[in-house]
Amino acid sequence: MKEQSFHNEKVCAYKNARIISQLQRDIMPLQGLKKLSTDSSVNLGVHPIENSFPYSSFPIGCIHEFLSASNNDIASTNGFVAALLSKLMLSKATAIWISTTRNLFPAALKNFGIDPEHIIFIDLEKEKDVLYTIEEALKCNRIATVIAEIKQINFKESRRLQLAAEQSRVTGFIIRHQPKVLNTIACVSRWCVKSLPSELSNGMPGVGFPRWNVELLKVRNGKPGSWKIEYSSNSFQEIKEKVIDIPQTQIRNVG
Amino acid sequence: MLDDMGKRFVTIWFRHLKTDWMIRRKPELKDIPFVLAHPDRGRMIITEVSAVAKAKGLCAGMVVADARIILPAVQVVNDDANLAGKLLKNLCAWCIRFTPVATVDTAGLILDISGCAHLWESEENYLRTIISKLKGFGYHIRAAMADTIGTAWAVSRYGKVKAIIHPGEQAEALAPLLPAALRLDADTLEGLHKLGLDNIGSFMNMPRSALRRRFGDQLLLRLDQALNFEEEFIQPLIAVEPYSERLPCLEPIQTATGIEIALQKLLEELCKRLHKEGKGLRIACFKCFRVDGELEQLTIHTNHASNNPKHLFKLFQIKIENIEPALGIELFMLEALKVEDIITVQQTFWSGNGSLESTEVAELLDNLQNKFGNNIVHRYLPDEQHLPELSIKIAGSLKDKPATEWRNDKLRPIQLLHEPQRIEVTAPIPDYPPMNFRYKNRLHKVQKADACERIEAEWWLNAGLHRDYYIVEDEEGKRYWLFREGHYDADNKPAWFMHGFFA
Repeated sequence: MKEQSFHNEKVCAYKNARIISQLQRDIMPLQGLKKLSTDSSVNLGVHPIENSFPYSSFPIGCIHEFLSASNNDIASTNGFVAALLSKLMLSKATAIWISTTRNLFPAALKNFGIDPEHIIFIDLEKEKDVLYTIEEALKCNRIATVIAEIKQINFKESRRLQLAAEQSRVTGFIIRHQPKVLNTIACVSRWCVKSLPSELSNGMPGVGFPRWNVELLKVRNGKPGSWKIEYSSNSFQEIKEKVIDIPQTQIRNVG
Repeated sequence: MLDDMGKRFVTIWFRHLKTDWMIRRKPELKDIPFVLAHPDRGRMIITEVSAVAKAKGLCAGMVVADARIILPAVQVVNDDANLAGKLLKNLCAWCIRFTPVATVDTAGLILDISGCAHLWESEENYLRTIISKLKGFGYHIRAAMADTIGTAWAVSRYGKVKAIIHPGEQAEALAPLLPAALRLDADTLEGLHKLGLDNIGSFMNMPRSALRRRFGDQLLLRLDQALNFEEEFIQPLIAVEPYSERLPCLEPIQTATGIEIALQKLLEELCKRLHKEGKGLRIACFKCFRVDGELEQLTIHTNHASNNPKHLFKLFQIKIENIEPALGIELFMLEALKVEDIITVQQTFWSGNGSLESTEVAELLDNLQNKFGNNIVHRYLPDEQHLPELSIKIAGSLKDKPATEWRNDKLRPIQLLHEPQRIEVTAPIPDYPPMNFRYKNRLHKVQKADACERIEAEWWLNAGLHRDYYIVEDEEGKRYWLFREGHYDADNKPAWFMHGFFA
């Protein structure tokens, strides 16, 4: 009798778990994390990062937020965004980069595997115009990615952008350098990228490949985490505690 | 006879152009007899007389002293030689509302009205409208309409019976007129007068060889031009755009909705035509001619040759509020100032491959440029120069492709400062990377550095010093691009600069 009830409880729990996971799966599209069969999959090449996303793949057709707290992190944030962009631009060939204070050097994008002539830069004067421009650009489904450097954005404004991105399946990257108020915005993930000292194998002198401490501070329906990443030969590599061996023959082509 | 039955012309003669204009500016002159005079060989010669003075017996060419004897009360105003030309030019521009092809003549205007009169229902109504509008301004004018410029000119200056000469009736209209109506020079006129040929009809049918022998080619040419045996061309004051549409309004338009409807109609017409010819516009100008003679206009630019009326309308729409209709707009005009062939892009079944040629991207950029100005969109192509800031150039259009490959053999910083900034360094000589440097009041200790990359400006472009660039990393793991300008030598300490940041 006792055994019977225990068995029943187990079945019940199993059923509940199934219902809950089914509900979670139903909720995800409502939260802006759709996965369409037509979407091209983005392969970051780093399993721990990919596993922290729902469906275990980098979400597209939504907004990602990148924070850079100090002035010195602009370059590493932009570098990480450029590296992500090269993965996203494989299927569609055009991206739009919107900014009011742009220092990005187009020729350097070649080092990240992007043909710089495929990026359209929009340099505006006012922050307010940036919001309008992002929304218009997100509505154009011929564009792979819209990248915007903006300081202030409130929740309501960001929700409009997220809805536009869901509609058109265009991915939006919002880079916020030293925001005055660190408010929550309607995005799928929040990243923070900081540079780390580079290392060459076998203690060779000189500057090595770019290394970043990539923090995924928030991710909707996923697991946040923090990783040490090195970018070389157009691919990400996670750095384990032990220094990994990089063959000497590899060409350094990142900047 | 030349086969141009469709051609019709109107000539307008301003009989008291300058004096009427003065009366228009100073209405108190209306009842005073006054003349314009110009000094000539120590005398004042009358160049133009007002209508009132003319009625009192004064005429141009008289000496002012003589005129004062005839009419002691006459007022004399100094003449300005350039005034007539200026006034006629303005009037000619104003006449664009009646026809796109209009030009200035001596003391008058010539309008090519082929295919225009029906918009005013009939030729009578058309000519009446022109005359009544100009008379409304206070000008004393005479106007005539005919198949040729010559006949219209003759009838407007010398005709007495009717102003509209129906097609093919030039000979009947010219026959009773004075030979001077043919725009001949004084010698020819005198010759004709001596022979007693006092009207055109008396020599019109004479053998051509006889006329040529006595009076030369000019008389025959003028006669042929007037009778439509020889074509005469005019140079329009405002060049007519090959791609333009016009929409005259019976009632002046004052509302934004009205302007929008007019614009939509014009765009549809123009785009239909462009579409038929496989063309699209890059620059379009929307002109609104106001009742009070002012011109309001809007211009749009596109990134991509477009003949999509909806998209073009959207570009104009946000600017419509800038139009000041005042008392109303009586003519709308849409001109395509730059037209290009449309390259038809092969349609793909899948939505991928969103290349730069796609119309959607071009239309997005049009919208943004239209809203925020033309200099916001930048796309870069490689340039064949060594200095990093000159190694890229802005692409002229979305279609431009790189002429050379992007270089990938040298590292370039992701952030490049617009201007290199001076830094203070401690560096071992002669050519080692710095040990530490001070940038924005912060000391950075260099932990790692790469060997230098020397970049020299092209000597034929820039005579500056060479730059030795170093990639360095500080104790926090930030990577910088520094350079030293020139060499160390005995009495010269080269300057160091910060130029960029690596990822």
